[in-house]
Amino acid sequence: MENKEGKQEYWRWQEYRSVMPGRNWQNSEIITAGVDVGSVGSKAVVMADGEMYSWSVMRTGSNSSDSAKKVLDWAMEDTGMTAKDLNYIVGTGYGRVNVPMANKAITEIACHAKGANYIWGPTVRTVLDVGGQDVKAIRVDETGKVVSFLMNDKCAAGTGRGMEVIADLLQIPIEEVGKMSLSVTEDPKPVSSTCVVFAKTEAVGLLRKGWSKEKVLAAYMRAMAIRMSELIEKVGCERDFVITGGQSKNIGIVHRVEEILGIKRLPVPNLEQTGLDPVSAGAMGAALYAKALYEKSLKR
Amino acid sequence: MLSAGIDMGTQRVKVVILKDKEIIARSQQFSGFEPTKAAEQSLQEALQNAKLSRQDIQHITATGAGVNMAPFADSTISMMGADAKAGAYFFPSARTVIDIGAEDARAVKCDENGVMVDFIVNARCAAGAGTFIEAMARALEVELEDMGSLSLKAEKASPINASCVIFAESDVVSLIHKEEPKSEIARAIFDAMAERVSSMVLRLGINKDIILVGGVAKDIGFVDSLKRRLGTEILIPEEPLYAGAVGAALIAARKAARRR
Repeated sequence: MENKEGKQEYWRWQEYRSVMPGRNWQNSEIITAGVDVGSVGSKAVVMADGEMYSWSVMRTGSNSSDSAKKVLDWAMEDTGMTAKDLNYIVGTGYGRVNVPMANKAITEIACHAKGANYIWGPTVRTVLDVGGQDVKAIRVDETGKVVSFLMNDKCAAGTGRGMEVIADLLQIPIEEVGKMSLSVTEDPKPVSSTCVVFAKTEAVGLLRKGWSKEKVLAAYMRAMAIRMSELIEKVGCERDFVITGGQSKNIGIVHRVEEILGIKRLPVPNLEQTGLDPVSAGAMGAALYAKALYEKSLKR
Repeated sequence: MLSAGIDMGTQRVKVVILKDKEIIARSQQFSGFEPTKAAEQSLQEALQNAKLSRQDIQHITATGAGVNMAPFADSTISMMGADAKAGAYFFPSARTVIDIGAEDARAVKCDENGVMVDFIVNARCAAGAGTFIEAMARALEVELEDMGSLSLKAEKASPINASCVIFAESDVVSLIHKEEPKSEIARAIFDAMAERVSSMVLRLGINKDIILVGGVAKDIGFVDSLKRRLGTEILIPEEPLYAGAVGAALIAARKAARRR
């Protein structure tokens, strides 16, 4: 994709939205929404009686509240639904305190756990969520409640943002880096630096040495995967294992994490048929919490 | 006697030529994608400035992160060794030399002869180095040169997660939208950096005099924050960017003298 000056922006991923075909919200009793404003991506999910109705994923702008509004509006676009039709909204994510229309804010850790439980069912015990600036390893129980978790709170190493920086440096569209990194016959030594800034410099040095882009990608992703796996092992990896967040789409990362841990993630459901997108797991969890909270408020 | 020092930094290559331990020429270039070429060009430029030719130089010593990319150097010296040497050259009273470049930050303890005794480096994180200020200047849409004077206008600092360059970038973007004064954001950035640097210094112990060198030493905002944090005066040489190259050139002079 190109920016205003016509410069290629390799990190810029495609925004997307969809409405579940054949589902009618007008006949539903409870309509709830979850809005997950991440540091890099904003996600909105609208649920009708606790089932996926529509969703949208877009880039977070410089203003969290604007992004929250935009992404929710986009999820409702052309459905005849307006904000007034929503019974309850839960905000989550890095910018959750800046979701102005939300009735309540819930941490993204709780929401991702709940969302993973919704996507894959009660057998999920370990969730790896890799977002733009966060890596979280979450242990959950059969109801989707958080048992324990660990996250990177001091450093952005091994996150999606770092992947974007490398994609831009190598001039490879972000959607293609995963596949490309798997084209090497054997992974080279991982980059030694985990810091996003230093890893970029290190990558430049490797290119200078004559390494192919594929090999540099493999070295970088290997380092990312090692970092994630360490986090998962610290929290304890128990089956079933799943991956959520933007990097769940990066097969280069998924493949390496699976290899290091010696455990496969549960497969991702077909998006068109089910609407269950691991990128939106946090927003799904938020919409589910919204439903529970709304029902609770009715009983009062 | 003529000697030269080359500092192969991650961002810039610096060259200094000494004549009987007096600086007679300096030059610098962006390292770019071909640091070796940049080093050769920079050396040529310094030679031209001094009206010398390559053969006049008796010994060349290289230092810096890209030290192995200066194949024409006669010898090399560690960055810490060069810092200690340069610190004592500029200020004989120097016992601690803090060097902050684009990606490296280190504190070096040295003796009265400019010999390194101990050191600490930031090997794992860029949040305490010059790149951090650059990234934040971009996020604030302020010229890098103006960051310092801007921060000095602030009485307090904005709250910011400055443990990581990437985290701080998104914090700055949201602070701008909350219309926090840019001066207070700038001050928060320098305070956070000073915090990191001073924690390195404190691990070595406060050994005065404290000297600050490297490109970041030219930033008045950072210097102010560091002074406040350390609670002590800091000495800065006239051209702090060239300290590593000066240290290397001093080593080169000594090696040349020995050879005679």
